[in-house]
Amino acid sequence: MMEIVQPKPLPDVDLPELKQIGKPLRRVDALGKAVGATVYAADFTMPNMLHAKVLRSTRPFARIAKLDASEARALTGVVCVLTGEDVKGAKLNTDLPGQTGREARAGSDAPVLALETVRYVGEPIALVAAETFELAEQALELIEIEYEDLAGVFDPEEALKPGAPILFDPDNVVSRYTIRKGDLEAGMAEADEIVERTFKMPFVEHAYLEPDGGVAWVDEQGVINIRVCTQVIEHFRSIARALGVPQNRIRVRGTMVGGGFGSKEDITVEIFLAFLARETGRPVKLVYTREEQFASTAKRHPFTITHRTGVKKDGRITASQITMTADSGAYPYLTPYVLLYATGMAAGPYKIDNIHVDSVAAATNQTFTSAFRGFGGPQAALGYEQQMDEIAKALGLDPLDVRRANYMLIGDTTCTGQEVKSAVWSEECATRALYSLGERAPSTDRVKIGRGFANTFQSYGRITWFHDTSRAWVGVEQDGTVVLRCGVPDIGAGQSNSICQITAEILGVPLDRVTIYATDSAVTPLAGTSTATRQLYMSGNAVTLAANAVRDRLVKRAAEHLSVSEDEIVLENSRASVAGDGSRFIELKDLVHLCAAEGIELSHLAQFNAPFTDGLDPETGQGDIWPDFTFGAVAVEVGVDTETGQIEILKCAACHDVGRAINPAAVRGQIAGGTHQGLGYALMEEFVLENGFIKTPSLAEYLVPTAVDFPTTEVVILESGTGVGPFGAKGIGEPALTPAAPAVANAVADALGVRIAELPLSPKRILEVLGKA
Amino acid sequence: MSNRIVRMTVNGRVHEVALPPNRTLLTALRDLGYTDVKSGCEIGECGACAVFLNGEAVNSCLVLAHQADGAEIVTNTGLGTMQTPHPIQEAFADAGAIQCGFCTPGMVISTKALIDRNPDPTEEEIREALSGNLCRCTGYGQIVEAVRLAAERLREEGGDA
Repeated sequence: MMEIVQPKPLPDVDLPELKQIGKPLRRVDALGKAVGATVYAADFTMPNMLHAKVLRSTRPFARIAKLDASEARALTGVVCVLTGEDVKGAKLNTDLPGQTGREARAGSDAPVLALETVRYVGEPIALVAAETFELAEQALELIEIEYEDLAGVFDPEEALKPGAPILFDPDNVVSRYTIRKGDLEAGMAEADEIVERTFKMPFVEHAYLEPDGGVAWVDEQGVINIRVCTQVIEHFRSIARALGVPQNRIRVRGTMVGGGFGSKEDITVEIFLAFLARETGRPVKLVYTREEQFASTAKRHPFTITHRTGVKKDGRITASQITMTADSGAYPYLTPYVLLYATGMAAGPYKIDNIHVDSVAAATNQTFTSAFRGFGGPQAALGYEQQMDEIAKALGLDPLDVRRANYMLIGDTTCTGQEVKSAVWSEECATRALYSLGERAPSTDRVKIGRGFANTFQSYGRITWFHDTSRAWVGVEQDGTVVLRCGVPDIGAGQSNSICQITAEILGVPLDRVTIYATDSAVTPLAGTSTATRQLYMSGNAVTLAANAVRDRLVKRAAEHLSVSEDEIVLENSRASVAGDGSRFIELKDLVHLCAAEGIELSHLAQFNAPFTDGLDPETGQGDIWPDFTFGAVAVEVGVDTETGQIEILKCAACHDVGRAINPAAVRGQIAGGTHQGLGYALMEEFVLENGFIKTPSLAEYLVPTAVDFPTTEVVILESGTGVGPFGAKGIGEPALTPAAPAVANAVADALGVRIAELPLSPKRILEVLGKA
Repeated sequence: MSNRIVRMTVNGRVHEVALPPNRTLLTALRDLGYTDVKSGCEIGECGACAVFLNGEAVNSCLVLAHQADGAEIVTNTGLGTMQTPHPIQEAFADAGAIQCGFCTPGMVISTKALIDRNPDPTEEEIREALSGNLCRCTGYGQIVEAVRLAAERLREEGGDA
């Protein structure tokens, strides 16, 4: 199949050449991290600091028959033990009223500490704070606990059957969505063939290198300060609600985050720290062990997805019926939103007029699932992109031709009826990824070579009925240096750097003249979450507004000074000069002095609002969900060893239209890193539970890709300039991951001539399908 | 189970501390303020805590502090600072090899260990040398390039890594 694919020519795009935007500059955070000067959450200590530990459930579903902490409390050096009784009613709220239609189930939100029942192995039961870390560990062992085991449920399909054990009344349904677009029956009747396939995906662990951790203390105003690695400093509001204190009495001071990928979107250590700091009046530190990361933080949702697709002989899709079942684990967390996301993405970047989608997420007695890079989009893509190849196979067509027959184009609508208004370069991306693979290696008797690709799309920016906003403050100091204040948490993807580079561009100063203060809920303007691939879009636009407001004032004053009109002024290299005449200029610091002497304001706080929409129609699932979309593709060549079942990635290429690459080196890093995570998802990663008990409790059992597992991904960056972010940028953080896993699955199916419908594509599964197990 | 005085030289500074026998070198170093030594798994799987122990790169979580008595230890911050970064650190920053940065101190240690014994490593040798250091952000490609860049700059300088 598809031996030599030529790149589809790109439409003409006229992107202006800029000074700093589009340059692979050294990121502002790079050197501090390189020399070990960057201080992460677990690195902080304070005078008089206590050390905390969490007692966790060892049972998947049980009533707590007895919980006695008296011995632990009596141990010298133990300052505080809190149980569910002490924090009664405090919940980890994840629903925002009216946003998913699941308020009715708000009662099933996770309690901060389990009260009468535990519902998964790893659920927090008690907190200990002690003078030393060792004493805290010792105290955990002195807490007496007796369980009465309950019959649990460990599979979402089972959980939905009548008579299944119920985690929360009235049933195990956590969330459900329906999409009805066009006429499914008529579309199916029109089809020459109907292809039906089912695909399954496992639990996956984020496995960022930095465990969750932090330090909290109560300051002289009575404000509870929490220094924590988080993607969401705005959790101060939920924490305040749980503690029953005013929102202005909780301050979350974020740190540089050592990887998040969605799991640091949930509240983790910060709420425990807040309770313990308030209770003890002393600084408290809590850092999770790697084993706690596995047992007690979110996982990617396992999904089972069935596609039933009506197609014409030429590959055109006439109708599509999709069902999805997701495993929520024991508590909802962000499941309702993840399921909504997967549902809205179910059809992929294809124009399908007649479509039904029915999705459901069920509670089970397993580790809870929540956000993970792509937010349900990667699972949806593993459905639609494997299905596209299955359709091609059933019809005897080239997989690229089947996609060509169905690609959504600008102005077409998604399965929820949302019109796509920016460039749709699906074919441009796919053909470039395929072209990058070059010559195909020959198969041998033992090693079968296969090729596959996947075309995907992901949104960037939050769901539009969340009414998302971001703020940023930009100011120029008297020496012409620039200060940027923005609440953005930097989780390693270059969030800080992007907005610094934008500010430097607009104000015409070198990047090293910009200093950013970020991620503090009390003193930096709130910028919203570092989730949903939203920071470049949202905070990038807020920073653009703020920097342009300052720029306008500088330009106006410089024009007066140089006796030219404002549109003749250029800000560059820390000076304002007359366009075309470099000899007429004023240094930025002198211009600032002029402005300061006249009381011209040299700072600006700006707010950017995303489009605000209403929710989907509850009957048909029709309506707008997202601000815009990023389109991309990955192509891989694999070698499958038919003796050992080992799969080797021989070549991998990724191509995405990022609108405009603010920093191409950082964009490349996002795409290469996201692709790599996707390759791991396809081939090796699975968080295994058996009857609710964890079988992959550490990095010794749960394998993540190392430097020797996969080759370097060739990255092709396209720039349509049509995104809704600053300078026409689209988001790339999450979109980067999504196409990789289905591309691998398609390549392996190509190599073997048969598809393994369940990830990961482990050697065991390969040998099974070859009849060699 | 009694504490013992352990004498260590860390990045040129001499420390004498009383430590229990079960204290790992990782925890001992972090407690002394060397927080550039990162704790990622505590079982030798991730490489974030790598340091030089008497010139040899080790995962400090797998070494007991008592075993380091009398030892000379160099951590990533011992190699360079913001004002005078080591060429390897500089290369990591320049090559876009750093995203969240949590694996970086360990990566830099492993890189130095490699270049010390092999000033012109191939891609395969680089990948092998870094296979004990997990990175979840980059996909390793730009890290491999950073090591190449560092090796090249160090060869041009003609000095020791």
